[in-house]
Amino acid sequence: MTSSMLPVVRTCPYQPPAEHVRLRESEPVARVTLPSGSSVWALSRLEDIRTMLTDPRFSSDRQHPGFPQFFSGQRPTGKFGRSLIGMDPPEHGPARRAVVGEFTVRRMAALRPRIQQIVDEHIDAMLAGPRPADLVQALSLPIPSLVICELLGVPYADHEFFQRYSGQLLSRTASTEQRTTAIVELRSYLQDLVARRQEAPGDDLISRQIAQATERGDRTADDVVNLGFLLLVAGHETTANMISLGVMTLLDHPAQLAAMVADQSITPLAVEELLRYFTIAEFATSRVAKENIEIGGVLIRAGEGVIALGTAANRDPAAFVNGDDLDLSRGARHHVAFGFGAHQCLGQNLARMELQIVFDTLFRRIPGLRLAGSVDALPFKDDAVVYGLYDLPVTWDAPAE
Amino acid sequence: MRVVADTQRCVGAGQCVLTDPTTFDQNDEDGTVVILRDEPQDPQTSARVREAVHLCPNQALSIVE
Repeated sequence: MTSSMLPVVRTCPYQPPAEHVRLRESEPVARVTLPSGSSVWALSRLEDIRTMLTDPRFSSDRQHPGFPQFFSGQRPTGKFGRSLIGMDPPEHGPARRAVVGEFTVRRMAALRPRIQQIVDEHIDAMLAGPRPADLVQALSLPIPSLVICELLGVPYADHEFFQRYSGQLLSRTASTEQRTTAIVELRSYLQDLVARRQEAPGDDLISRQIAQATERGDRTADDVVNLGFLLLVAGHETTANMISLGVMTLLDHPAQLAAMVADQSITPLAVEELLRYFTIAEFATSRVAKENIEIGGVLIRAGEGVIALGTAANRDPAAFVNGDDLDLSRGARHHVAFGFGAHQCLGQNLARMELQIVFDTLFRRIPGLRLAGSVDALPFKDDAVVYGLYDLPVTWDAPAE
Repeated sequence: MRVVADTQRCVGAGQCVLTDPTTFDQNDEDGTVVILRDEPQDPQTSARVREAVHLCPNQALSIVE
C-alpha cells in the first residue's frame, strides 16, 4: 500500500487539487499522509462519503488520538469547548434537537426581512465609499457577523465590539496573540451575555436555550456559551468565504450571471451550485473508525482516521453529469458541501438564505459591478482549512453627476 | 407508496422541507420532521418525495411501497 502526501492546496481556484481527482479515479479509498505527518484514509467518491458519514461506527470525537489532524499543533485547541460537532450517538441526537428548532426552514424565512435590511445597509456603505472597494471587508465579513448577532440576541450597542473581535479572530494579519485575545474576549462576552439573559430573558436564541436548559436540567450556562461560540465561528467565516467566492465566480461568468439576474428563481439553484463547486469546508467532515469497517471494498481498522475529499466527490461523474462545469441552473442538492449524516451543517438554511439575499441584491443594485483585476491575481486562502478569499477588489461605474 | 419518518433519527436539517413543502414540515420545538401527507397524490410529488428520501442526511425517511 502506497501512502502519498496529500496536497491540500488548490492550484486553480475553480478546481479540486489534481491529486484528489486522480485518487477519485484510480484509488477512491486511499491511504494518504496529511501535512501534519499523520496517515489517514481519504475517500473521494460521493457514495463512499455518504456511507461513511451515515455510519455511527465512525466517530466525530476530536479528542480521539486517531482523529485526523491536518496541520501539526492543531490539537487540542479547546476553542469550541465541548460542542455538538464532537459528539457521537446517543449523546448527539438530543443535543442537536435541543437547538435545531432555532434553524428550521420556517424560522430562517422569518429572519429574511432583517437580513435584507443588513445587506442593503452594507451595500449603501460600500457605494458611499471609494472605488475599488474590498468586498470581503465591505460585505462578506460584516454581514454574517451581524446576522449571528441578531440570532444570538447581541444588543445593537455591542455589535461593534462583537464585529471587531470576530474580524480579528479571522484576520490573516492578526498575530497568534491577537487571535487568542479575540477568542478570550468573545468567550467572555458570551459568558456575560448568558449571565445577563439568565437575569432578564429576551426574545433570542441564547435566552431560549437558557430557559430550555433550566427546564430540562441537562445543560449548564457554559454549554450555552460553547454553543454560541460554535455558531459564531462556524457561521461566520464559512458564509463570508462563500459570499466572496460566489461574487467572484458570478462576475467571472457574465452570461450565467445575466441569466440569474433576469430570473430570480435561478438564485437558489445558483447558490446550491456554488456550494457544490467550491465545497469550502471539506475538512470538517473527518471521522475516526471505532470498529473495523469495510468501505468501497477496503478494510478500515478501528482507530484509523478517515477524511472526505468533498471537492473531488462533488464532481464525481457517478453523481453529477459534467460535474467540472459550472451550471448555475443545475439545481443538484445531493452534494456534500454541508457534509452529510447526523452532523450535516446546522446553519445550512441560514447560509443559503444569506447567500441568496446577497447575490439577488448586489447585482440588482450595482449592475455595473466588476472585478478590479483578474481572478488569477486574487489572494486565495490556499493555506487555510476553510477555502476562500482574503481580499476581493471590486469596482463599479460612478453614478451620473 | 407511502413515506415514513423516524423522528429519533431526524436531525432537523430541513432538506425534506426544501424539497417538498407540501409533504414535509418541521416541528417548531425540535426541528424534527412532520409529515403532512404520507401518500403522494401525483407522480411529480412522488418524485420529489423520493428525492427527499435520498437527500435526508441521516436516513430518517423511508418509502413503503
